[in-house]
Amino acid sequence: MSYIQLGYNDLILPALLVVMNGALSLALHLRLEWQLAVASVRMVVQLVLVGYVLTFLFAAVSPLWTALAAFIMVMFASREIVVRQKRRLLGLWTYGLGAGCTLLAAGTVTMFSLLTQLRPDPWYHPRYALPLLGMILGNTMTGVSLGLDVLVNGVVRERAAVESCLALGGTRYQALLPVIRDALRSGFMPTINGMAAIGLVSLPGMMTGQILAGVEPGDAVKYQLLIMFLIAGGTGLGTLAAVLGGGRLLTDHRHRLRLDRIASEK
Amino acid sequence: MLIVDTLKRLHVSVSFKLADGECIALQGPSGVGKSLLLRAIADLDPNEGSIQLDGTPREAMPAPVWRKAVTYVAAEPGWWADTVQEHFVAWDDALNLAERLGLPPDCGTWPIRRLSTGEKQRLGLVRALLLQSRVLLLDEPTSALDAVSTASVEAIVAERVSTGTSVLWSTHDSAQARRVGSRLFMMSSGRVEEHLL
Repeated sequence: MSYIQLGYNDLILPALLVVMNGALSLALHLRLEWQLAVASVRMVVQLVLVGYVLTFLFAAVSPLWTALAAFIMVMFASREIVVRQKRRLLGLWTYGLGAGCTLLAAGTVTMFSLLTQLRPDPWYHPRYALPLLGMILGNTMTGVSLGLDVLVNGVVRERAAVESCLALGGTRYQALLPVIRDALRSGFMPTINGMAAIGLVSLPGMMTGQILAGVEPGDAVKYQLLIMFLIAGGTGLGTLAAVLGGGRLLTDHRHRLRLDRIASEK
Repeated sequence: MLIVDTLKRLHVSVSFKLADGECIALQGPSGVGKSLLLRAIADLDPNEGSIQLDGTPREAMPAPVWRKAVTYVAAEPGWWADTVQEHFVAWDDALNLAERLGLPPDCGTWPIRRLSTGEKQRLGLVRALLLQSRVLLLDEPTSALDAVSTASVEAIVAERVSTGTSVLWSTHDSAQARRVGSRLFMMSSGRVEEHLL
């Protein structure tokens, strides 16, 4: 395996492209230059830091540090889920539901692949565990946040239908079923679309990265397939748990619709 | 016999008894809490207080079973499927009632989004009547209907009352309250007061 190593000085020329964008923004009065500068600086700082953190983690190979890194990743993912909701659940569940389901789904699927297919030594080796978790987390997060958003908005919009079904003696699951179906469909759609378009429209980032690092395309494809299967499994599991859990939270033990558990719109 | 004992929901606080084959008209201006009261009896909103049906407390049965016996019919009923008949377990049984309420025989295949408010209101009532509930909680059931349809709704409910069904009928129309009710409750600021008919 061989790859062309880059030095930081190799990045100066490409970085000028961003500077060129900034100059264009100034010349055309797009007023994007400040945002562009902040985003560029954030990107550089975040990535360089992540590089150091990963270097440290790979040297340490400690279950504790790896778990801490995974925990922080899940926290950022659940924050992202909450930010993407138009209407949020009240109380602890604002973060709890999304975080819990993402952790459950992405964690289970990551462990599954580490213990059965990849089997690194030790099994929690951060070189495998963290990139896997990151990729699965990102997709699960999208599914969970879409599913929850459609569920909560759907329940608010379809309130009369849900309550009529309840008033006629339907259980909370019967009453919510149409909305739950919609939510699950929306949550899973991006994954299906992604699988259908992969290789034709886009070369996935991980596969491209492996090819650039000198891996044979055939081997890179196998890795990518593994990841895609894991992503599909994780998204399905996470979206299902989040939508069913959300449906439970939005109703109570007396089969009432509890829209009072949704925070008012901002 | 439905016994409502210090039922509380927001500003509403009410006690009363509703006998079999009795229709109480619940009258009061909009926003006074008529819907809140009816919804609370059906246990559709969190509420306090005790309610018994024929001696069995509400909490002793699952909420869906309670609501099949004590059924709330909203003024604007909701619909979860695309066509009318998908909302009925047995559309053939519904057809007879629907026709008595002035709906044509082919209305089962109508798409929900094309229904007028009045058609929705009548079909919502038919859907609830098919449950053969012990108690009907009718929330302004003729608010969107013309005089002819209103008369047929009143006649159909009167038949049910004569066979032992108890009805709590909310209306802001005092003439209707006197027509349908065997008792009359006036509601103001969350309380009810019985008036002589």
